[in-house]
Amino acid sequence: MNKTVNQKAWLFVLPVFVLVAFNAIIPLMTVVNYSVQETFGDNTFFWSGVLWFEEVLNSERFHDSLFRQLMFTFSILAIEIPLGIAIALTMPRKGPWVPVCLVLMALPLLIPWNVVGAMWNIFALPDIGFLGYVLNALGFDYNFTRQPGDAWFTLILMDVWHWTSLVVLLSYAGLVSIPDAYYQAAKIDGAKGWAIFRHIQLPKMKRVLTIAVLLRFMDSFMIYTEASVLTGGGPGNSTTVLSIDLVKIALGQFDLGPAAAMSLIYFLIILLLSWVFYTLMMRNEES
Amino acid sequence: MRKSWIVPTAYIAFLMLPIYWLVNMSFKTTNEILGGFSLYPKEFTLDNYVTIFTDPTWYMGYVNSLTYVGINTVLSVAVALPAAYAFSRYRFVGDKHLFFWLLTNRMAPPAVFALPFFQLYSAVGLFDTHIAVALSHTLFNIPLAVWILEGFMSGVPKELDETAYVDGHSFWGFFLKIFIPTIAAGIGVACFFCFMFSWVELLLAKTLTAVEAKPIAATMTRTASTSGYELGLLAAAGTLTIVPGAFVIYFVRNYIAKGFALGRV
Repeated sequence: MNKTVNQKAWLFVLPVFVLVAFNAIIPLMTVVNYSVQETFGDNTFFWSGVLWFEEVLNSERFHDSLFRQLMFTFSILAIEIPLGIAIALTMPRKGPWVPVCLVLMALPLLIPWNVVGAMWNIFALPDIGFLGYVLNALGFDYNFTRQPGDAWFTLILMDVWHWTSLVVLLSYAGLVSIPDAYYQAAKIDGAKGWAIFRHIQLPKMKRVLTIAVLLRFMDSFMIYTEASVLTGGGPGNSTTVLSIDLVKIALGQFDLGPAAAMSLIYFLIILLLSWVFYTLMMRNEES
Repeated sequence: MRKSWIVPTAYIAFLMLPIYWLVNMSFKTTNEILGGFSLYPKEFTLDNYVTIFTDPTWYMGYVNSLTYVGINTVLSVAVALPAAYAFSRYRFVGDKHLFFWLLTNRMAPPAVFALPFFQLYSAVGLFDTHIAVALSHTLFNIPLAVWILEGFMSGVPKELDETAYVDGHSFWGFFLKIFIPTIAAGIGVACFFCFMFSWVELLLAKTLTAVEAKPIAATMTRTASTSGYELGLLAAAGTLTIVPGAFVIYFVRNYIAKGFALGRV
């Protein structure tokens, strides 16, 4: 759409700008402020430059949480995106079952995150939870509170349960927007399942899929509540992802300087990776 | 292709299983839960629900949560509407940068902002109010609402605006009477997402409240830690947190389907 130049449009944006600036800039400046100062807990602060940044970037603890975070995010993306597309492809396009499917599939998205964690906790308990009981009855030695591998399995399964629907709903939105004429043309050309998917459905879903990948990337990188209720970062530190580690440092140990420096580094990583996705998305749109 | 219902059905069954388990536990006594594994409640009880509906610390949690979620949804969508219109119709200094900056706030981890938010809202005297939580959630809901609404508005041809002006409508007359009804599906979708992300968020809501505005989710975590492990009560409270979400989806389901048909969320 060709847009007219109109500087008065700023007046329309102003309320949004003021509200978001209040919530974003002041707290961000507070974090920046802490990140360059040293305190001994008596409300006097000293300039410490980039000391905290060096400390965080060189600490093994940060490397470990970052590695776990990346592992988690890429695992769930690798599972949820293909699974979501597959489910969207098999969903009915018309008829009475469409709203039923949509409502039931959207349900996990609307459950408060700590309830999701609590729900999976009791679902996976080895003695009285369905998942834990069944796995143990089948002969697996499953206990997510003791064994790191089981904790990871449960965490990823929980996230797949929680968020695959978002990918399904977005992919479905892309699919239903394809006009029937495209399929008829494909039929005349004699295209079969995979060819239709590759040349008609996938290109049409590209845009919503980019949004899905972006949203899942950002949100999984920020995961805190569900994971902290389910495993609390344990057993040991085996499932301590970035947010959990950060809250431990900031609110648990009250180490403001390192916590603030870590916050900024954390935010910058998300920003950088999202920016890459965003520019790729925009380039797709232009071409 | 005849068998294609199997995949969605299996998926929905997988989604329902943990929810069933929660509901199942909510009808059991704590003794029965800890007593061992059972697929359905043998001593069916409504005590857990009775406790929640009669104890103000419990049911006020729901009232508090719904209050701040409601304020947040109305506020976010109300301010996002004119902004999204500006982004979809006009070019102005810094528009692209502003749009990207708004989106970056959607990427800010709440864990990063928890402590500064606490200090900020304490400093302005809003700590432990519904307004504080509603305002803090605008951080990620306004960008999302602007993003969604801008998509819907860009799908409306500009000729609609121009015709209205030629017909002698004032700007606000056009905006409120013609434009807003045109994008009603988009507003429905935006409200749905604002409701959803405000309802499910806990970290900020918990940090910014103590007693007066305490969300239900925080009441649950407190119960889990102080009064031993009352699993039945916890399961009942959890089950009840699913209800508002289910209602909201049910009411917006047609908007969602229509919104999806417009091809962008």
